[in-house]
Amino acid sequence: MPILTKEDAQQLLKKVLAFSKADQCEVNIYGSNSGNVRYARNAVSTSGGNSLSQLVVSSAFGKRLGVATINEFDDASLEKVVRRSEELARLAPENPEFMPFLEPQQYGPETPAYVEDTAAVDPKKRADMVAASLDVARKNGLVAAGFLENTAAFSAMMNSKGLFAYHTSTNVRFTATLRTEDGTGSGYISRGVNDVKKLDTGAGTTIAAKKALGSKGAKALEPGKYTVILEPAAGIVLLENMFFNMDARSADEGRSFLSKPGGKTKVGEKLVDDRVTIYSDPWNPELPTSPYSSDGRPMEKTTWIEKGVIKNVYYSRYWAEKQKARAIPGPDGAIMLGGTKTLDEMVKETEKGILVTRLWYIREVDPQTLLYTGLTRDGTFYIENGEIKYPVKNFRFNESPIIMLNNLEELGISERTISGESNTEAMIPPMKIRDFTFTSLSDAV
Amino acid sequence: MKRRDFLHLTGMGIGAGILAQIPVLGKAIPLETPWHTVDVARKKELADIALEAARSKGATYTDVRIGRYLNQFVITREDKVQNVVNTESYGIGIRVLANGCWGFASTDDLSRDNIARTAALAVAIAKENSRLITTPVELAPQKGVGEVSWKAPIQRNAFEVPIKEKADLLLSVNDAALKGGANYIGSYLFLVNEQKYFASSDGSYIDQDIHRIWPTFDITKIDSATGKFERRSALSAPRGMGYEYLMPNEAEKIHGITTLYRNRYDMLEDARQGAAQLGQKMKAKSVEPGKYDLVLDPSHLWLTIHESVGHPTELDRVLGYEANFAGTSFLTLDKWESKKFNFGSPIVNIKADKKQPGSLGAVGYDDEGVPTQEWDLIKNGILVNYQAIRDQAHVIGLDHSQGCCYSQSWSDVQFQRMPNVSLQPGKQRMSPQDIIKNVERGIYIVGDGSFSIDQQRYNFQFGGQLFYEIKNGQITGMLKDVAYQSNTQEFWNSCKAIADERDYRLGGSFFDGKGQPEQVSAVSHGSSTARFNGVNVINTARKI
Repeated sequence: MPILTKEDAQQLLKKVLAFSKADQCEVNIYGSNSGNVRYARNAVSTSGGNSLSQLVVSSAFGKRLGVATINEFDDASLEKVVRRSEELARLAPENPEFMPFLEPQQYGPETPAYVEDTAAVDPKKRADMVAASLDVARKNGLVAAGFLENTAAFSAMMNSKGLFAYHTSTNVRFTATLRTEDGTGSGYISRGVNDVKKLDTGAGTTIAAKKALGSKGAKALEPGKYTVILEPAAGIVLLENMFFNMDARSADEGRSFLSKPGGKTKVGEKLVDDRVTIYSDPWNPELPTSPYSSDGRPMEKTTWIEKGVIKNVYYSRYWAEKQKARAIPGPDGAIMLGGTKTLDEMVKETEKGILVTRLWYIREVDPQTLLYTGLTRDGTFYIENGEIKYPVKNFRFNESPIIMLNNLEELGISERTISGESNTEAMIPPMKIRDFTFTSLSDAV
Repeated sequence: MKRRDFLHLTGMGIGAGILAQIPVLGKAIPLETPWHTVDVARKKELADIALEAARSKGATYTDVRIGRYLNQFVITREDKVQNVVNTESYGIGIRVLANGCWGFASTDDLSRDNIARTAALAVAIAKENSRLITTPVELAPQKGVGEVSWKAPIQRNAFEVPIKEKADLLLSVNDAALKGGANYIGSYLFLVNEQKYFASSDGSYIDQDIHRIWPTFDITKIDSATGKFERRSALSAPRGMGYEYLMPNEAEKIHGITTLYRNRYDMLEDARQGAAQLGQKMKAKSVEPGKYDLVLDPSHLWLTIHESVGHPTELDRVLGYEANFAGTSFLTLDKWESKKFNFGSPIVNIKADKKQPGSLGAVGYDDEGVPTQEWDLIKNGILVNYQAIRDQAHVIGLDHSQGCCYSQSWSDVQFQRMPNVSLQPGKQRMSPQDIIKNVERGIYIVGDGSFSIDQQRYNFQFGGQLFYEIKNGQITGMLKDVAYQSNTQEFWNSCKAIADERDYRLGGSFFDGKGQPEQVSAVSHGSSTARFNGVNVINTARKI
C-alpha cells in the first residue's frame, strides 16, 4: 500500500475509532513496500517484490481484550474489524496482566529514518546495485553470493484515550560473501543503511573480496585462550544476546544473568569493564529508530550500562506497575561507546592475537552465565607484532559476553553493524579482548 | 526464525503491536472464525488469471500458489492464559521464468486486475534480472497432474477443539509442574493449517490441506539459597498430526528412567516428571570433561541428524546458493561422484522422505507440483544422494525433481527445503537397555538442548535436557554442564549400535531457517536410540 502521510493516517484511524463501542479501543496500522534480489554463483538466483498492509484493532471490556486485523480499508471493512475485535474481547479469558491503554504521550520529533531516495528504489536500481557487486567478484576471479533488500514502511497508532503516534522509515540491507573458486578462501560484508545513497555495493564487495583472497591457505592453531580483535559484525552477535536478556521480569524472577539469590538483582552493580557504556537513542543520525514503542510508550535516550554499571533494564507496563518501577521499553538500536582508534591501528598495536571478522551460529549454552557457543567464519587471521601474518582455520568458541566485557583490552571507533544472526542493527566498536575461549577447530571455510 | 523469537512474538506481548509484528505468521483473526476452506473452483479461476497474465507478458513457465495459512497459539504461564491468538494469511504468489531467469511477486489483494498486475511485475523482475544470469534456468520435466487433492490423515482437527479444552490442558500441566516443585512454567500449544493451492503452466491444479501441532513447555526451578536455576523443556515432538497427538496412550509410551513418547504424548506426565527431574538436575554432578561413549535417545538425536545430515545433503548448499547465509556443505559433488565417501559406519542408513505419515514434511506434492517420494541419502555408510528440486535435478543427473520445494507462505518464493531425513533402525534386535549395558564409560542423553554447527557442517556442539552417567553398563546418576563437540564424519563413523524399529520415534523442528529473506520450514527426523563411541564432552559451567 502507499506510505500514508501523518494526516491521512490520522484521518483513517479516527474513522476506525468512531466505530468503537468497547470500554477502550486502540488501533495500529502498518504498511510496507519492499523488493529484494538474491544472487549466488555470480548470477541472480531468486528475487521478489512484496506489498503488505495491516490494520490491527484492539478492543477491551474490563480486563478482556480482543484483537482483530484486516487489510481492506473501505468503511464497511473498517466497521467489521472493530465489531470482530469487540466480539472476541467478550469471548476472551480475563487477563489479570492486562494494562489499560495509554493516555496521550509526548513524543520527541520524528527521527531521520525515512529517506525518499530509498523509497524510490525500483527493480532496475536493485539490479544495478547487484551488478556492481558481481563486477567486483568477476574482476577478482571470485564467486559471489549476496542479498540486497530495500523497504519503505510506515506505522501509526491511535487510541480512544487520545493517544496518537506516527513514524516512517526506510531501510536497505546488503550482504555479500565472496569465495575463491577452489573454496579455500571466504570473505563477508554486511551493511545496513536508511539512505540508499550511503550504500556502495561495489566498495563493500571489495572488502569481502580482500578477505576472501587473504583467507586462502589457512593454518591450524591450537584451540585455547587467545587475545582477539572482534570486528563489529562479530561482536554484535554476542552483545545482542546480552541486550535480549536485560528484561526486568526475568531478573526479578531469579532466572537471568542479572539475578541474585533471594530475589535481588545486579541492577546498579558494576558487572563489566568500566570502559563499557551502552545506550539507545532513537534520534542518533547513524541509527535512527522509531520515537514510540509498539504499545505507544515514548522511546527515549536511555543508558543501559554506564561505565560498566547496569543502569537500566526494560519493563513491560504490567511488570513496571507491579514493581513500582518506571516502564522503560526495550531498545530498538543499541549504541556502545567506542574509542578513537581504527581497526587497523588496533591491529598495529597488537603483539599476538586473532582478528575475527564474523561469528556464526550463536546459541545459548547456559542462561545463568550467558554462555554462548558459535564459530568464526569468513576470514580469521593471526596477528603478530602488529601485522596480519596469515589466515587461520576457523574455531568454535564457548564464551559469555559478560566475561568478554570484563576481559576488555581496548575499544575502537563505534560503527553501525547488522547481526548476521537476527538482523538486529546496532552501533558497536571493534573490541580487543584477552583470554577469549576457543574450544575446538573447524574445517569449514 | 528462531524459537526464542517466535516465543517472544507470541507469548510476551498481549498488545496489538506485537501481533502486528508477525507477518510471517499471518494476521490475527477472531477465535470464532469458521474453519472453512476456500472453494477450489474459485482458486482455479484466480490461478488461471495469473497463468494467462504471465504467459501474455512473456513468461515461458509460471506457477501460482494461492495459500490460506491458519495458525493458533495458546500461551500460558503458571496459572494464567496469557494469550490466545488465531492468525490467518491469504494471498497469492506468482513465480515465472522469463528470459531464462526467475521472477516472483506476491500480493494479498486478490482482485482480478491486481493478480494480473502482480503476474506482470513478476515477469518484469525476471526480465530486469536476466541480464545478471550466466546460464538460463533448466527445469527437470514434470508432467501436469491435472486437478488433484491431498489431505493430511489427521483424526481430530485441533482447530475445532474448543479453546477452553486446550487452555485447561495447559493450565493443568502448569499446575502439575508447580506442585512438583517448579518455580515457573510456560506451556504452549502451536497449531498450523496450510491450505495450499498450486497451479502451473504444466497443467497441474493441486489442492492440499496440511496440519501440524506442537505442544511444549519450559519449566524453571530456582535454588533460593544459591540463586542457581535449572530448566527443563518438554520431551514432545512437533508433528504432522491433529489433536490426537495429545491423547495419551500407554501403547505409545516407553517407560524407563524417564517416560518417552512415540505417536501420542502425555503432556501432564512429562511435566510432572520434568519438575521432579529439575530437583535431581540441581544436585547432579558436574561432568568431568573427556571422551565418552554417548547413547543418544531419538528425542535428542533428531537434532544432530537435522544439523549434520539434513543440512549438508541439501543440494542448494552444496552448489553454493546458500553461501551468503546458511552456508555451503562439506559434502561436495566429488564425494558423491566417488561413490565411496565414508559418511558413517556401515550400519548408518539415512533416508529422505516426504511421505511418512504423521511427519512434519509429509505432503502429497511439493510447492512445484512434484509428487513426493522417498530415497536413500546414506546407504551402508556411503553418501549416495542429495535433496533436489526442479532447477537442480540435472546437476546430479536426475531426470526428475525429488520434490523438496517449499515456501513458508504464499508471500515468499519457494526453494529447496529439507525433506524428513531419518536414521533407519538397526537390523538386529536390540533395545536401548541392550546398548547401555555394553557401555563402560558413557553418557545417556535425552531431549534436545543447545545446538551449533559451522557453515559447512563439519564441527558441531550439542547440549540436551537430561544427562545420565553410564558406568560399567549401569546408569549411575544424573550429570549436568554437559555438551559434546565432534566432526560430522568422525561422529557418524563412531556410530557402533542402533536400536531396532521398536524404539523408532520422530523428533523435529517447526523452525528450520534458511534463505534470504529467511524462511522457516517444519521437518521431522526419525531414529532409534544409537551409540557413538569416544565423543569429546566439555564442561559448560562458568562463573560471571
